[in-house]
Amino acid sequence: MSDTTEANIQVRIQPHDFDAGIEIAALTDSRFDIGAVVTFSGLCRDENGSLSALELEHYPGMAEAEIIRIAEKACQRWPLSHLLVIHRFGKIAPGENIVLVVACSSHRQAAFDGASYLMDFLKTRAPFWKKEHLKDGSSGEWVSAKDADDEALKRWE
Amino acid sequence: MKVLYFSWIRERLGMDEEELTLPSEIKTVGEFLAWQKNRGEEFEAVLEFPDVVRVAVDHEHRDHDETIGDAREIALFPPMTGG
Repeated sequence: MSDTTEANIQVRIQPHDFDAGIEIAALTDSRFDIGAVVTFSGLCRDENGSLSALELEHYPGMAEAEIIRIAEKACQRWPLSHLLVIHRFGKIAPGENIVLVVACSSHRQAAFDGASYLMDFLKTRAPFWKKEHLKDGSSGEWVSAKDADDEALKRWE
Repeated sequence: MKVLYFSWIRERLGMDEEELTLPSEIKTVGEFLAWQKNRGEEFEAVLEFPDVVRVAVDHEHRDHDETIGDAREIALFPPMTGG
């Protein structure tokens, strides 16, 4: 894990959990220019009760580099004072955190749009892959990419 | 150069990385994939539909018609499912 040279972009790829409240406080404490904080948390979801965990595989080095590239584009497009992204890897149980995006700005629309843009591109361009592990001990399928995720990018063209 | 494999591509090939020296006539990502496809049954299966295979050169996404250049690292992987 490391921070970028861009002062207002932080990307952390880590196996351990995070606390969204602590992360928000760290960005906003002792600052009086931030008027809007939009937070997105992505959690491990079990749709039919059979999932024991998702295993998140990633491409070390590229995962961080790609998210930084997406974050830099978001910061060029909207006046964001801070953009924090944390993405976990390894085995993650249903209900646990997978990803956190915190976008800070003077005004809400930039924060909403910046967080949304970042997640849309992260889903389709950040090198992570999810594999299911089932409660019966078997290894399930690799999760398939969704066309809807590709479609979501079009609104940013 | 180092070649990395991820997700079901890694599983089907039974390896996560290898060192390869590419023939000098291979210039583009697409040519590299076509060459890989001839390296045995597993490669042929993985690259049956090459359009679904994504490629990164030195940690950056590359389309199949783009050139490889003097890459240090190439990665093959399926569409991404993070977030």
